[in-house]
Amino acid sequence: MKNILKSCLHSPRFMTGFILFIILLGIALFYPLFHPGNPLQMIGQNSFVEPGTYLSLYDANTVNLNGKTSTFIMDDAAVNRADSNISEADRQTMLAYLAAAGVDVSHLDTSHENLDSLVTLWQENYDSSKKVEGYTTSAKKRDLRTLNSRLLAALNAGEQTLLTKNGDEEVRTAVANNAYVRSNQVANVINLPLGTDNFGRDMMKELAAAIGTSLIIGLIAGTIATILGLVIGLLSGYLGGIVDDILMFVCNVFTVIPGFVLLILIYYSVGQEARGVTTCAIVIGITSWVWTARSVRSQVISLRNRDHVNLSKLSGHSLVRIIVTDILPYIASYVVMAFILQVSSGILAEAQLSLLGLGPKTTTTPTLGLMMNWAMLYNAHTQGYWWAYFPVIAVIALTSFSLNLMNTGLDQVFNPTLRD
Amino acid sequence: MAKKMLEVSELTTKYITRTGENVYSVDHVSLTIEEGKSLGIAGESGCGKSTLALSLMGYYFAPLHYTSGTIVVDGKDITGLDPDVVRKTVLGTDVAYIPQAAMNALNPTRKVGKFIEDVIRAHELPMDKKQIREMAEQRFALLGLPVDSLDKHSVELSGGMRQRVVIAVSTILNPKVLIADEPSSALDVTSQKMVIKMMKDMMAKGLVKSMIFITHELPLLYNVTDDIMVMYAGQIVERGTAHEMVFDPVHPYSRGLMRSILVPEEGTRDVKLTAIPGTPPNLKHPPAGCRFAERCRYATPACRYNQPPLLEFAEGRSYRCMHSVDHLKEVYEGED
Amino acid sequence: MKTEEINEAIQETDAAIQEADSRESVTFGANRNKDFSKEPMCLSGRGVTRVFHTGKITTVAVDHVDFDFHRGELISIVGESGSGKTTLSKMLLGLLDPTEGEISYMGKPRDISTRAKKKEYWQGIQAIFQDPFSSYNVFHKIDSVLLDCINMRGDKNLSKEEKHALMTEACSFVNLKFAELTNKYPFELSGGQMQRLMIARIFLLKPTILLADEPTSMIDACSRATILDMLLKLRDETGMTVIFITHDIGLAYYISDSVYIMEHGKFVESGKPDKVMLEPEAPYTKRLISDVPKIHEPWDLSTVG
Repeated sequence: MKNILKSCLHSPRFMTGFILFIILLGIALFYPLFHPGNPLQMIGQNSFVEPGTYLSLYDANTVNLNGKTSTFIMDDAAVNRADSNISEADRQTMLAYLAAAGVDVSHLDTSHENLDSLVTLWQENYDSSKKVEGYTTSAKKRDLRTLNSRLLAALNAGEQTLLTKNGDEEVRTAVANNAYVRSNQVANVINLPLGTDNFGRDMMKELAAAIGTSLIIGLIAGTIATILGLVIGLLSGYLGGIVDDILMFVCNVFTVIPGFVLLILIYYSVGQEARGVTTCAIVIGITSWVWTARSVRSQVISLRNRDHVNLSKLSGHSLVRIIVTDILPYIASYVVMAFILQVSSGILAEAQLSLLGLGPKTTTTPTLGLMMNWAMLYNAHTQGYWWAYFPVIAVIALTSFSLNLMNTGLDQVFNPTLRD
Repeated sequence: MAKKMLEVSELTTKYITRTGENVYSVDHVSLTIEEGKSLGIAGESGCGKSTLALSLMGYYFAPLHYTSGTIVVDGKDITGLDPDVVRKTVLGTDVAYIPQAAMNALNPTRKVGKFIEDVIRAHELPMDKKQIREMAEQRFALLGLPVDSLDKHSVELSGGMRQRVVIAVSTILNPKVLIADEPSSALDVTSQKMVIKMMKDMMAKGLVKSMIFITHELPLLYNVTDDIMVMYAGQIVERGTAHEMVFDPVHPYSRGLMRSILVPEEGTRDVKLTAIPGTPPNLKHPPAGCRFAERCRYATPACRYNQPPLLEFAEGRSYRCMHSVDHLKEVYEGED
Repeated sequence: MKTEEINEAIQETDAAIQEADSRESVTFGANRNKDFSKEPMCLSGRGVTRVFHTGKITTVAVDHVDFDFHRGELISIVGESGSGKTTLSKMLLGLLDPTEGEISYMGKPRDISTRAKKKEYWQGIQAIFQDPFSSYNVFHKIDSVLLDCINMRGDKNLSKEEKHALMTEACSFVNLKFAELTNKYPFELSGGQMQRLMIARIFLLKPTILLADEPTSMIDACSRATILDMLLKLRDETGMTVIFITHDIGLAYYISDSVYIMEHGKFVESGKPDKVMLEPEAPYTKRLISDVPKIHEPWDLSTVG
């Protein structure tokens, strides 16, 4: 046992898979601890909010009013501000005007890097009284004037005055352009590392909860499938004869009927109301034991004719004892590996089912499949809301990848002929 | 004196284990075989006889590695050649090797005739399909094998027939040395006899110039080969003609081996079956002195300190022991 | 090596050789060439048949064989692979039921219909198998193999010291040191040692019949004599019947009191070894004996194919 653990640690494949799995498990376990709350709470009023940190505008100003500000001088503060105020269209207009006014703008474009030189050129060359071809109508002139004043405001804003009410009295407060507040001084900050989904729910919270649920589904489904497969495989392999025939008939029936169709049928007939996470896991478990049973059976058949089993029989040991002490330990490593694969395929089966809209009916916990289902229903994939589906796909892929890595790593550990 | 077909001197090869230890399974082995002669190698499992067979091909693959010594086949030194060169110019033409489970090595999806084509192709000989077919038919007829087996798949042949076919295929290019490692031990006695008959035929007809035959079945060895060499713990301990080795062994280990022979003929029931106590030494840490000393009933302290050399004490007979031949014979007489 | 180490090693060798000297060669005791036909019947069979069905193919592995094994006798069943000797041995052991025919044990028809009766039968018959490496459960230590035997023979309630003494005695019977074996796994031993441990197991169980299925075929010639000697000693001490299943005619001739030659599931010839081996009557036996390489007689290669 000690040796096996030791060689597990020395197998790079197993360790990579294991670390990946632990990271995923860590996200599922610890993210909710630091960010408590219902993962399905709809916090956003609009759907598919982009990932980022959101500050309440109102509260940011409140902090400022109480005077808890710091002052910083930043060289590029003005340009940055201009950058966020002067739109792409405005920059195009500026370029077009300058070109019309006979200025060489061939080296300029509308990018952030060139904004500084663009602004300088504009300030040097813009003159509202000058007649520039194409900009002679009053409407065009007015547009240029407002653009210019917006630009000047952004660049030169010394301060802004806020008018608030304190009781009946109106208070005017000046906000300097170099006054800053710490983001955690602002009363309401919403951190959305993965944005929100169509219902305005925090994707990251949802994802952390979904990893947990999907792992539980995989675990339950894997355990059920492995236990069923093991028991059926052991009995049919060891007893042989009529028992073997009957059990293998059942196996064949399960093999011939496509498992997924069976899964859908069972699932559909269970009904919307009864479809919880556990039901989902159980249904997946009882439809995926077949190949475990088959492979356990073939292993047992080759073992039951080994001399040590014959000797154990001659020693008068009972059937149960022979199976438990003389057969099970020989196939234990194999069963562990099969279990890992069953967990992985359980997670994938749930994702497939849910994608088809047959997932667990739940309003309390999301699953990876359900998240995919929602993203698909609300066209996240066609409208480019990548944060609504890509992290989910990545997590599904990483989970089964890590489990498969662990499986092949264990194969190397248990099967010395595969070692380098 | 006949032409020397195989001359091996001081050949040492080693296995490198997974933990990086060196195991010298063939330790300074020297032997010569003359044209038309056959040599049998006997010994317990793990004594290095199969490793010697592998090493004599001159084709090494991990974990087996060449260390030192030379192998000369019919005047041509094949040591230190590039593995690809060995495969093209040595294997099959100079040296042919038949491993233990050769009959299970045939690809079941191909016909027997195809394997002969493969052999010819691998040696890049200028022959077309028709010529190859003709040659194969002639050879099969010569060896008394049914010619129609060339068009059969290996699974359609019985075990004994399959083994004979493998031998015929691997000797199609008339190798100078045939190395057969337990070619008949997986077969029943009748098939075994047929395989042996064919191999002896090949020797008699000069299709194979010399042969090394490895088996743990001493009665078989006695009937097949001219000379017998006994190996123990990677070293040769005794060599002589088959008759001398079976009826007059000198080395205490050979004597123990020969006294374990049981055959269904008169007098067998009166044989005194002797046992050798203990197990062979671990070659990862070979003993400093004589390798057999631990199990030898005639060992003296001197045996523990000194490695006895392989001494030639008569024409074609050598042994590796600290005691003199006369002393050993005296002791043996005293026992009987 | 240092001188002390060498001296120590020499002493060890001397001890081992002294022990080996005491049983230098296979000892047959008083039972060599004894007439066993007057001894009581131990195991006999009439018309024992076993048929296997795989799909539509029916194979008759053992075809109406009759046999009489007497007490204390050493019987060899000789056959090549596929002759049905392994199927027969499984039926004798009660691991496989005959399709037809009757087996009598100790003069009475054998009844192994229930588990309890089977357990009782297995008190009387035990086996040693061909491959020592697959005869042990690799997850069990040597101690537990031997303890299991002590429990099986009904000495479950002995004190720890008494059990320990029994195990030591069994190991020393087969020339092994129990103190060196405790807490070891069987696969740490050599093939010969493992097979000796199997005999130690039989020594503890002391069955009436021992079925030895090719016990020496995977073992080196030098260790073979030791195993045979131990089997014979066990037979002489306990009056056990030994059924020796082998493909090696020479070995069968050497060791047995009576020989059965098996071909295609039938006994083609049986009798005293001298008669069967030196004056064979059945064509199969004749062929078999002529096809085995010999030492004093020439091996006639012209008689085949």
